[in-house]
Amino acid sequence: MQYKTQSIAKTYWLGAMLIFAVQLLFGLLGGLVYVMPNLIPVDLLPFNTIRMIHTNALIVWLLLGFFGAAYYLVPEEAEREIYSPKLAYIQFAIFFLGALSAVVGYLFHIYASEARSYLEQPLWVKLGIIVAALIFLFNISMTVLQGRKTAITNVLLLGLWGIAVFFLFSLYNPGNLSEDKMFWWYVVHLWVEGVWELVMASVLAFLMLKMTGVDREVIDKWLYVIVATALFSGILGTGHHYYWIGAPGYWQWIGSIFSSLEVVPFFGMVLFTFSMVWKGRRDHPNKAALLWSLGCSVLAFFGAGVWGFLHTLHGVNFYTHGTQVTAAHGHLAFYGAYVCLNLAIMTYAFPQLYNRAPYNQVLNMVSFWVLSGGVVFMTVSLTFAGVLQTHLERVMGLSYMEAQDQLGLFYIMRLGAGVVTVFGALLFIYSLLVPRSAEAIAPNGAARVSAAE
Amino acid sequence: MSEVLTKSTARNIFYGGSLFFFVIFVGLTVHSRHYILTKGTDQAHLTDSVVRGKRVWERNACFDCHTIYGEGARFAPEVGDVFKRWGGETDPAGAHQMIKDWMKAQPSGAQGRRQMPQFNLSEGELDDLADFLAWASRTNTQGWPPRPVKAN
Repeated sequence: MQYKTQSIAKTYWLGAMLIFAVQLLFGLLGGLVYVMPNLIPVDLLPFNTIRMIHTNALIVWLLLGFFGAAYYLVPEEAEREIYSPKLAYIQFAIFFLGALSAVVGYLFHIYASEARSYLEQPLWVKLGIIVAALIFLFNISMTVLQGRKTAITNVLLLGLWGIAVFFLFSLYNPGNLSEDKMFWWYVVHLWVEGVWELVMASVLAFLMLKMTGVDREVIDKWLYVIVATALFSGILGTGHHYYWIGAPGYWQWIGSIFSSLEVVPFFGMVLFTFSMVWKGRRDHPNKAALLWSLGCSVLAFFGAGVWGFLHTLHGVNFYTHGTQVTAAHGHLAFYGAYVCLNLAIMTYAFPQLYNRAPYNQVLNMVSFWVLSGGVVFMTVSLTFAGVLQTHLERVMGLSYMEAQDQLGLFYIMRLGAGVVTVFGALLFIYSLLVPRSAEAIAPNGAARVSAAE
Repeated sequence: MSEVLTKSTARNIFYGGSLFFFVIFVGLTVHSRHYILTKGTDQAHLTDSVVRGKRVWERNACFDCHTIYGEGARFAPEVGDVFKRWGGETDPAGAHQMIKDWMKAQPSGAQGRRQMPQFNLSEGELDDLADFLAWASRTNTQGWPPRPVKAN
C-alpha cells in the first residue's frame, strides 16, 4: 500500500462482503420457495420480500465494492492521498446504514409507497443514497483534480458520475405505466449496460497495469476503445427493453441492432485481459487476482454478451420475454461482469491493505471455481427452464402455471447450484479474511525462480 | 494499432461518439414519450383511479412476483393482459369482479402451489387495482405476449 488513505477501501469491502452474504442467503431462500412453496409461511416471508432483498443487496454491495475500488486505486493513479478520509467514512456510514435499514425494513414490509423493481427503497433511503453519492463524487473528484490525471481515473470518474446522474431518474414515477417503464430503464439499463461498464473496464485496466506490467500507453488505448464500443452499443441498446411496453415499433430495429453490438465491448475485454497477460513480462505473485480478472472478462462475455444476444433480437424476444431465459441471463451477467470484478480487485488489494504476501491463494482460487461453477450451472438450469417455458407457454399455448408445473426439475437443479454458490462465496470470504501461516498447497519454490528469470 | 490510432484519437472518438449516441437516444426518448402519451397507451382514460391502482401495485411490490409487459419477477403469471384473459373485453364488469375476488381469496393454501399473500386491500383499493389492470390491458404492446390457442 503506497498511500495511507487507500485503507478506506478496507471498510467498504468488509461492508460489501457482509451484504454479499445477505444477498446469497436470500437468493437461496428464493430458490427454496420455487421448490417447496409451502415451506415458509407466506404471511411471514412472501416471495416478493425475498426477491427485493436479494436484488437490492446485490446492487448495494456491488456499489460498495465500486466505492472501495475507487478509494483504493485513485490514490495510486492520482499520486496523492484521498482529499478527505473523514468524508469517506461519513459517506460509508450513510450508505451502509441506509442499505441495512432498507433491508431490515423490507422484512417488516416497509418499502417505498411508489416502489418499482430494484427501486423499492423508501424515499428517505433514496435521498440518503444521493447524499452519499454526492459526498463520494466530491471527494474523489477533488482527489483526481489535484493529482495526476490518467485515462483510468477519467473513465472511472465518468462512470461514477453517470451512476449518480442516472439514479436521479428513480425519483420520477409518472402515472402512465408505459412512460414509467421508459424512464425506469434510464436507471436500470443505463447503469448495468452503460456506465457500470465504464467502471468495470477501468478497474480491469488498473489490474492489468499493475499485474502484467504492460505500458500504460497501450493499456489506455485499449481502455478507450473498449468503453467507446460499450457506450456506442449500450446507449441505443436500451431499445431492446422498449419492444413491448407501449413504445413505438421502431425500437424493435434500433434495439435489435445496437444491443446485438453490446457483445463487442465484452469480447474486447476478453481480448484485452488475455493479450495483456500474454504480452506482460511481470510474474506477479498474486495469481488468484489474475485468475479472477481473466475469469471476470470471460464470464462477463458469456453472461452479458452471449446470453444477452441469445434473446435480444426482437423476433426471438417476442417469445422469450418475461420467461426464465431473462433470469438466466441476469444471473450470469451480473456475476461475470460485476461480482467477479469486485472479487478480483479485492483479491488483488487485500494482501496490500494488510501488508502481507498474497496468502490463501490456493483457497481463493478454489473459491473461484466453486463459485463460478455454481453460477454457471444455475444459469444453464434456468436457461433450460426458460426455453421449455417459452415453448410450452408461448408456442403450445399452456397457461402460466401449467407450464411451470413442467419445470420442477430445473428449479431443483437451480437450488442445488445455489447451495454450491453459497459455499463458494463463504470460502472466498474466508480465504480473504482469515490469515493462515502457509498456503494450502506449498508452491514449488525452485520452479518459480526459474520461471521468473 | 499504435500508428493507426493514437491514444488521444481514441479518447476523442470515445467522448464525441458517446455524446452523439446519447443525443440521438434522448431525441428518440422525447419522441417515444409523445407517442406513448398519444398513441401507445389509453392516456385519455388514465383516471385518478387508474393511477391510484398503479400505486397499489407499487406499494405492495406486486412486480416482485409478477411480470407486467414481461417485466418484474417471473415467480407468478403475467398481469399486463390478465384483464383480457379473464374476458374483460366482452364482460368488463365480470373481469373487474374476478380480479377483486381473486385478491380476497388469497392465499390458497394449496399444497405444492406457490402462495400469494393476503394484502388486506380495501374495497376502494381493489377497485383501483382492477381499473389499473383494465387500463394496462389496453396498451399497444406490439402484439406481445403471444397467446397461441391451445393445441388440444
